Amino acid sequence: MIHVRKLVKRFSLKTVLRGLDFEVREGEFVVLLGPNGAGKTTFMRILASLSRQTLGEVRVAGHSLPGQAAAVRRSLGVVSHLPLLYGDLTAEENLRFFGRMYDLPGQEPRIPEVLEIVGLTARRHDLVRTFSRGMQQRLAIGRAILHDPEVLLFDEPHTGLDQDACDMLDRLLKEVSGRGRTVVMTSHDLSRVESLGTRFDVLTRGVIAVSTAREQLRGNLLDFYREALQ
Amino acid sequence: MKAQPLVLKIMNVASGLLLAGSLAMVFLYAPLEAVMNHVQKIFYFHISNAWVGMLGFIVAAFAGIMFLVKKDLKWDIVEVAAVEISLVFFLIAIVTGSIWARPSWGTWWTWDARLTTAAILEMVYLAYMLLRQGIEDPDRRARFGAVYTLIGGISVPITFVSIRLWQTIHPAIIGTESASAQGGFAMAPAMLQTMFFCLFAFSVIFATLLWHRVRLGRLAQQVELQKLEAMQ
Amino acid sequence: MKPRRNSGYFKAILAIAWKDLAAELRSRELLSAMLVFALLVILIFNFALELDPGTRRIATPGILWTTFAFAGTLGLNRSMAIEKDRGCLDGLLLAPVDRSAIYFGKLLSNLVFMLIVETIVLPVYSVLYNLNLFVPGLIGIILLGSFGYVAVGTLLSSMAVQTRTRDVLLPILLFPVVIPVLVAAVKASAGFLEGIAFAEILPWLNILLVYDVVFTAIAFMVYEFVVEE
Repeated sequence: MIHVRKLVKRFSLKTVLRGLDFEVREGEFVVLLGPNGAGKTTFMRILASLSRQTLGEVRVAGHSLPGQAAAVRRSLGVVSHLPLLYGDLTAEENLRFFGRMYDLPGQEPRIPEVLEIVGLTARRHDLVRTFSRGMQQRLAIGRAILHDPEVLLFDEPHTGLDQDACDMLDRLLKEVSGRGRTVVMTSHDLSRVESLGTRFDVLTRGVIAVSTAREQLRGNLLDFYREALQ
Repeated sequence: MKAQPLVLKIMNVASGLLLAGSLAMVFLYAPLEAVMNHVQKIFYFHISNAWVGMLGFIVAAFAGIMFLVKKDLKWDIVEVAAVEISLVFFLIAIVTGSIWARPSWGTWWTWDARLTTAAILEMVYLAYMLLRQGIEDPDRRARFGAVYTLIGGISVPITFVSIRLWQTIHPAIIGTESASAQGGFAMAPAMLQTMFFCLFAFSVIFATLLWHRVRLGRLAQQVELQKLEAMQ
Repeated sequence: MKPRRNSGYFKAILAIAWKDLAAELRSRELLSAMLVFALLVILIFNFALELDPGTRRIATPGILWTTFAFAGTLGLNRSMAIEKDRGCLDGLLLAPVDRSAIYFGKLLSNLVFMLIVETIVLPVYSVLYNLNLFVPGLIGIILLGSFGYVAVGTLLSSMAVQTRTRDVLLPILLFPVVIPVLVAAVKASAGFLEGIAFAEILPWLNILLVYDVVFTAIAFMVYEFVVEE
């Protein structure tokens, strides 16, 4: 599903990603860990087609970036730590807007369906600026799955959420990723992601330093992470 | 950083000599103009400076387009160099224009199309500088700079045309004939020769300055790079 | 050249414009700010320039266009700030549509906002100074002039909003390059108000048309350099 070979990202004077290799098969849930400034967000932005690589090969859902970016975007759902929603529109209007942007046929049944999945049917006529952070994040996930993408990218989705909201988010993440979708998620909350991911990669110093499947994880995730950083 | 190439060193010398030569031609060779006498001589430098300004303007717009096409930061360095040179030389042109206008028409400023357009261009350049200053990321700075030089590059000629049109309806210079207001006095052959010599001299000066400024830009970039590497 | 599904492209443009208008209808922040500011500017001009009725008639196009130019920057700034602040621009960029669709969508909504403000300011001005401003030619010039202003303004505000100096920077970037629009619009407006022969107004009209077409084309071509990285 995701195929990255020798990815280099240079910001004219600074090299952030240095020949990174990354491979994700269909249905995997990869959790990407790493210290701040390691390049996780930069990498996610490149995968999300929001940024172009300097060198290297990137293929998502069978299309290459940046050349076939539009095709990639059709197969991609992105949730970042910012909700990317319009506060002065209702939940339903937000979804309708994005439905139009993605040129979805048959939007009308899809929108209530998505609202149901993220548990916001009761609030569909309320303005998003009245939503709590947790609800906004859930609606953001709704936006991300509206066009039924094969690949989901989550960049620090738990940011700014309290415990209950995080729990709800995790339930939603499990449900949403359980439908055969491929997921890549970055996070700082190691205890939470331990139960979510099928695979854990550590991005440090511009490359993926270590990668391990959940079954092969000895001890807890925190130890694995600390070890990987050395 | 490599030492100055031989060609550049030659150009340094040539610029100096040509500048001296221009001064000589203007003050010793060119005849006195009938009406304005010595004051008219500033005209040679006024036009030459404006000419360099124009060269800078064209180079800047061209470099902007090249950067957008090639995405090579070298073009960005050329663009900034050209803008800076154009900014300074048009400023000199405007000032010399004022100095000429005062004794000729009794006013420091004439709203004539060329002068006004030059002033507007200065504002575009200043806006350009402010734009670049407000951006941290060198990539974005270069992209935005290039887009703005393109916008400015197209709008300034259109501005000139519209002011020219506006001016034919409002002769802006108080109580003077439009002929002299446009600088249209009859030029003797010696004057023309002086004019062309000055234009040539200043073109060489422009090229020399551009080259120096581009070298400076590259040096600055290398310093940035080394700073970043030292920090990591 | 990226393949573009035409229906999706126009749908996206309209979706963006609709989204801006619907949101604005709810909050009315942008329009009220622009409107109040415009009326204040007219008020200031009233006291700053003590004009007798005859001179005022001649100064009217200039006063109107100055007002529109200043109020316009408020709208342009605000419109882009909304996208930038909540990261919504990324949301737009994630859509599988050509970047220029974002430009045209924003252009459309910015234009509508500006026209709404102008539609209110004109009658108010007419009433305040007992002048008839409802001349068909004038309406046309307002459309053309506003379009040119907003065409460049949308592009430049997309840049300005990504810098540190943001709000302050937009007028500085915009005004020097939008002068042809102001000059031509003022002269053409004056022409229509004074009832001058059309042949004399035509050159100004041409400048406006050329400007509008050229800059829309340029913005269309370079917009991706301004929003993508």
